[in-house]
Amino acid sequence: MALTTEEVRKIGLISRLELSDAEVEGLKGELNTILDYVGQMQELDLDGVEPTTHSTALADSLRGDVAVPSLSQEAVLMNAPEARNGAFIVPRIKAPGQSEEGSA
Amino acid sequence: MSEQLTQIPFMPAADISALVKSREVSAREVANTMLDRIAAVDGAVSAYNEVTPELALAAADAVDAALAEGGDAAVALGELAGVPVAFKDNMNMVGTHTTCSSKMLANFQSPYDCTAVRRMLDAGTIPLGKLNMDEFAFGSSTETSAVGRTFNPWDLERVPGGSSGGSAAAVSAGLATITLGSDTGGSIRQPAAFTGTVGLKPSYGRVSRYGCVAFASSLDQIGPFSHTVRDNALAFSAIAGKDPLDATSLNLPEDDFVAACDAGATGDIKGMRVALATDLLEQEGLDPRLKAEVLQAAATLEAAGAEIVETTLPSTKYGLPAYYVLGPAEASSNLARFDGIRYGHRADDAEDVLDLYMRSRKEGFGPEVIRRIMIGTHVLSSGHYDAYYTKAQKVRTVIKNDYEAVFARADVLLTPTTPDLPFKFGQYDDNPTAMYLADYYTIPVNMAGIAGMSVPTSLIEGLPASVQIVANHGREVDLFRAGAALEAASAFPYASVPVASSGLV
Repeated sequence: MALTTEEVRKIGLISRLELSDAEVEGLKGELNTILDYVGQMQELDLDGVEPTTHSTALADSLRGDVAVPSLSQEAVLMNAPEARNGAFIVPRIKAPGQSEEGSA
Repeated sequence: MSEQLTQIPFMPAADISALVKSREVSAREVANTMLDRIAAVDGAVSAYNEVTPELALAAADAVDAALAEGGDAAVALGELAGVPVAFKDNMNMVGTHTTCSSKMLANFQSPYDCTAVRRMLDAGTIPLGKLNMDEFAFGSSTETSAVGRTFNPWDLERVPGGSSGGSAAAVSAGLATITLGSDTGGSIRQPAAFTGTVGLKPSYGRVSRYGCVAFASSLDQIGPFSHTVRDNALAFSAIAGKDPLDATSLNLPEDDFVAACDAGATGDIKGMRVALATDLLEQEGLDPRLKAEVLQAAATLEAAGAEIVETTLPSTKYGLPAYYVLGPAEASSNLARFDGIRYGHRADDAEDVLDLYMRSRKEGFGPEVIRRIMIGTHVLSSGHYDAYYTKAQKVRTVIKNDYEAVFARADVLLTPTTPDLPFKFGQYDDNPTAMYLADYYTIPVNMAGIAGMSVPTSLIEGLPASVQIVANHGREVDLFRAGAALEAASAFPYASVPVASSGLV
């Protein structure tokens, strides 16, 4: 069940990471080493064991329906790569000449 | 400089605050002493990503002004007033960057304060700056930092541990009295062990995670580093407690943690049940000298009146494999927010939105971050989810059950913190996954959401050796009592660190 080059390339795409062919090959080896290692879990008989999603028994934590101050617009935008007129500025969504929606 | 000021870098917090409150020294003098020391020593240690003289002096002046004025503000100052502190660089503090030691956040300015940071500042501490870490806390040596290495103050050829390596090294080298770090699989306790400091991973939910950049949200906890167990309790008391801004923070019993230290330090541990897990001590790869430290610690506690209980924790070996599913799975989700749109690195001249995402993330993240995102994405993908993610969650249940069995019979569990003494730089460059074993004894504690503390016990060939004390959820009070008892018996020479005398004028 080792990952193939093509599968690693696909994981890179889903992860939104641009990887070179050499990086894909390197990651293939590293990821397969990690997956081999985590495969130790298969030794355990886990039939009938309930999964734990959270270590503590959390109840819904609700706050009162009261308006409280939040971050200022200035604070929200202070780390924007580009901002103008109180808005985040992003590059064009479609490449020039591209007719369909961006694939993201 | 007065004799008292030269002692500040290795002085217990309560002594510093007593000097400041009695006005024998001013908080400003404390701040300047530490800033001078950082300038002189941190070139060799490189614990700090950012030093904040203006914030430090402003906080010090506020303490001095309150004392000059007298009245309620002066009365309210506790044992942290005027105490020099610093924070791991994944915690927001207004007026500083929060970089996570990543190129992705190299220019990120804190828009607000992390709750734990805010609570430390409200106690009148003096903030000296932000500390180096493994990139996004992925690592056990601080070598994945995009900023550069942090050096172990006990041996500059060795790593300080990680991911909170800067937080550990700063305390160890006398560059802060107390620091905060975060611990997802051992990132406070392992570097504490490597640097001869006390490091606490609180119970899940004890400390608000608001304002701390998320790694694995079901495992992350913030906790303190310090020279002494008592200083650790002072900081923990300040930062613990429910926070409306973190829905996972809990209202747990607020025991008197400092009193527990004072009781433990005088040997008051009669009747405490201390477990040893025999299988953990026989684990292959454990340095026999570190096994001996655990047995010695047990003997110390037994001599002071504790009862030793023999147990096993057979699920421990599955903690690491399950962690390397759950940790990356949660991390890949949390790090999806770094897309070059609202903050963080943005690639130049993107052709379209996909190109923007792909290149911004690739350029911003280092190799270990990319590895973990890739693993996390894979184990969460349809077709693999049950084989990895659901299975790892079931392992988590088994681990929890194992600890429940232990704590039905014992108050605390003694284990090694790490299998090895601090290792040298580059030791795992060719085999990054082998380093994961450094967290063998710490990871299951995060998986179960319970509390663990690393306490230094001795020097082995000039390097710090430690033990880990583990307690049930919400039972930090037992950690402090047992930890203070061990500390009193072992008298670890934290002020004899080789860099101790440098930079003192």
